[in-house]
Amino acid sequence: MMRYLPLTDTDRREMLAVIGAGSIDDLFVDVPEAARLSGPIANLPAHASELAVERHMTKLARQNLSAGEAPFFLGCGAYRHHVPASVDHLIQRGEFLTAYTPYQPEIAQGTLQMLFEFQTQVARLLGTDVANASMYDGSTACWEAIGMARRITKRAKAILSGGLHPHYVSVAKTMAKYTGDSLETSVPALTAETDVDALIASIDDDTSCVVVQYPDILGRITDLRPLADACHAKKALLIAVVTEPVALGAIKSPGEMDADIVVGEGQSIGVGLQFGGPYVGLFGCKDKYVRQMPGRLCGETVDADGRRGFVLTLSTREQHIRREKATSNICTNSGLCALAFSIHMTLLGEAGLRRLAGINHAQACRAADRLAKVPGVRLVNDTFFNEFTLDLGQEARPLVRTLADRGVLAGVSLGRLYPGEGALENGLVVAVTETVTDEDIEALATALQEVLA
Amino acid sequence: MTINQSGWKPTSPQANEGGARATFTGNKALMLEEALIFEIGDDQTTGVDFPAGDVAGSRLGNLTRKAPIGLPGLSEPETVRHYTRLSRQNYAIDLGLFPLGSCTMKHNPRLNEKMARLPGFADVHPLQPVDTVQGALGVINELAVWLIELTGMHGVAMSPKAGAHGELCGMLCIKAALEKRGEGHRKVVLVPESAHGTNPATAAFAGFTVEDIPATAEGRVDTEALKARLGPDVAAVMITNPNTCGLFERDLKAISDAVHAAGAYVYCDGANFNAIVGRVRPGDLGVDAMHINLHKTFSTPHGGGGPGSGPTVLSEALAPFGPLPFTARMKDGHIALIEEETAGDDHPDTFGRMTAFHGQMGMFTRALTYILSHGADGLRQVAEDAVLNANYVLRSLEDTLDAPFAFSGPCMHEAIFSDEGFPEGFSTIDVAKALIDEGFHPMTMYFPLVVHGAMLVEPTETESKAALDQFIGALRSVAGRAMAGDQSLKTAPHFAPRSRLDETLAARRPKLVWKEPAGTREAAE
Repeated sequence: MMRYLPLTDTDRREMLAVIGAGSIDDLFVDVPEAARLSGPIANLPAHASELAVERHMTKLARQNLSAGEAPFFLGCGAYRHHVPASVDHLIQRGEFLTAYTPYQPEIAQGTLQMLFEFQTQVARLLGTDVANASMYDGSTACWEAIGMARRITKRAKAILSGGLHPHYVSVAKTMAKYTGDSLETSVPALTAETDVDALIASIDDDTSCVVVQYPDILGRITDLRPLADACHAKKALLIAVVTEPVALGAIKSPGEMDADIVVGEGQSIGVGLQFGGPYVGLFGCKDKYVRQMPGRLCGETVDADGRRGFVLTLSTREQHIRREKATSNICTNSGLCALAFSIHMTLLGEAGLRRLAGINHAQACRAADRLAKVPGVRLVNDTFFNEFTLDLGQEARPLVRTLADRGVLAGVSLGRLYPGEGALENGLVVAVTETVTDEDIEALATALQEVLA
Repeated sequence: MTINQSGWKPTSPQANEGGARATFTGNKALMLEEALIFEIGDDQTTGVDFPAGDVAGSRLGNLTRKAPIGLPGLSEPETVRHYTRLSRQNYAIDLGLFPLGSCTMKHNPRLNEKMARLPGFADVHPLQPVDTVQGALGVINELAVWLIELTGMHGVAMSPKAGAHGELCGMLCIKAALEKRGEGHRKVVLVPESAHGTNPATAAFAGFTVEDIPATAEGRVDTEALKARLGPDVAAVMITNPNTCGLFERDLKAISDAVHAAGAYVYCDGANFNAIVGRVRPGDLGVDAMHINLHKTFSTPHGGGGPGSGPTVLSEALAPFGPLPFTARMKDGHIALIEEETAGDDHPDTFGRMTAFHGQMGMFTRALTYILSHGADGLRQVAEDAVLNANYVLRSLEDTLDAPFAFSGPCMHEAIFSDEGFPEGFSTIDVAKALIDEGFHPMTMYFPLVVHGAMLVEPTETESKAALDQFIGALRSVAGRAMAGDQSLKTAPHFAPRSRLDETLAARRPKLVWKEPAGTREAAE
């Protein structure tokens, strides 16, 4: 009766006979009688055909306005980019899709070599010496970096830039309650200047790390070198967070500016929007800190015949070996999303990534110039890559809803991200990638002008 | 500059060693050696076309990247070939039985993949106005209802990213509940010695102290020892049911009652929920929190190590402390998203947020598709067939391999064997590696720790009787060779893309990123 269950009733009878059980219930004898369900749970539907399930799911899918159906300008930690068709084809190969964590390396070289390539790509992109085999997402990678800085510096005060994604701040605040870390946090101001000078001024001898997003939540780009120097002068670490890795095709990597740990959200490359997950956390650091790194690592070695091969390594840091002494609670990585990232990055290559970044920036510049001409709109940023903030002069959140009703997904209102922060409620963060056309920009500008009038 | 300056060409070390079976390329027919992208790609090639146009940067704040990044590119045909070749060096469920105990490697239905790719799910942004994503929120809400009903619990936190993250979610709920009661001084978490390593790691991360509880000779928690340890310093018990020996913890309800009476909470590791889905509801056993691995019980693909998804069901006592965000269906049918903004009124005791956005939406879509396909009756059949298959393996092999707990009755979804009786110098790993040559993925080895040389076999319900019979025959054959002291097992696998890999070397001198071989650049210039 079920297309995914191969046993026939004849099989079941024969197998019960081999086992020596009279019925299937005999195999559940250890369940206390009071807890045994006598039949399928009431009020839940019975099995359904592919066709019926597809109908139901399609109906739900149609209740969403998908990005491709409207001029689309949302970012703030998740970006819409074109993903080449071959990426999705390749990650659906069953040998990748339906494999487990590569604990038997002799028959998992495909996944392992891919992870080794991924680690190298990520390290080069972030400008770090090494990178791990991926984390759950950018927000959890960011928190793990703060914990890693505590272990390295043996200090527990982390200073978080106001430009750090507020969800990332929330995750860190939540976790810090249980680990004894103290966090200094703030919210951004609607200005062209970042808080880098204030961050430098607040570093002291108790500071484990400064966490700064690059480009930041408002899209601003700041030189990290002075911040890195200030951190190092006090023996603190600089953690840089990149939520839009395509930017690193156009601007210097945080590693180049001497950041100690660089984490990121890799979703932009190869992984679609998917309403927020699954995504892929990027995590790189300087060589000297590798043994304090969380998460899985793939390393090169040789087999018994001297051939090059790859294995998961340094697992003595991890929970399945170290139990309560593990460096982190993280267990899974984001393997299939890392594969998508790696394939897309291979298709792009150095030349393609730089070109893609250039197109993003050029299109964002066009959009910023056009939108700044809308009466009542002020462009907040002096610097940006493919995302910038507009001050609309009135609360942005209801305008975003109104614009959505008119078929334009205009951006992310800061009121949504910073509830209760009156000074930010006029802010609208607009992301412009290669998927945005000149017509889309014109549609947004026109609609914005009309709703602001 | 090209990146490929290493002079790599597709030959393996044996290629030039002669012998009748060597090949010029190092390839062996369909077994194709594949270089790294850094050895075959270069910084000029790309597999993506972009329109020409002005791309000069002007607003980058003097931070324009000048130095090369070092990313090799390949054209599309080269890319497809590279990853297709790599894929063929992997074992996978699609190729055969994957009896990895505690991992529930079941068939991944392709309808799940198709549904997750509908643009209405795949191409929506997590911060779109909620009116534009009612269908996505509907998926989360509908899946949440199923998970609550199937477990008999009160609520569910959907955002945890994986099983261990779900454990953390549950333990943080417990911590928050204790603090709310003014009993934050309860610091001890009791964990059976057979527990997954993530359990103690999670408890320690949440600021608890871990104490082990011993197992009985029949592979279950020592209930009396556990009860004796309960007291005013105990915060929670973390227990796996069915446990890691593949056995149902008969006393769980009694344990829960005692734990609750002592003012503590019961965390259940739901990794093995596949054995009981539709037949037992953990809520009826007094569980307060349990994570569900959607990538195990509900068939979302393991993907070579994630992404996972670990929604955590919560009892009435713990539900108020669950993390943000979550969905709520309003009277008018509209689905609300409860985030930081609205939580103050509706959910004031939340312990906070575990991740950006809403959790593993792509996995929710797949899991809901799977659940709707099976329905309440089909899910019950899943548990029954999973348990039937495991018992069939257990009884078919107990005359060949030592089965330490077989005497005490049936197993649940996995059968456990030990290396008892193997001759000197032979261990579980030799059997496991020989199974690779037989065309199977090995079972879980050396876990749980309470069984010497443990072999934990979880066939799952998606294996046919014929597939099981072949596996049983292969394991019997290999075990027989081990018992007979067959030395060829010590160097198995012989037919895999690689023989045994030197893990000690990898850890002693970590090579975690590719570096150009020394001297190649000079040589090329």
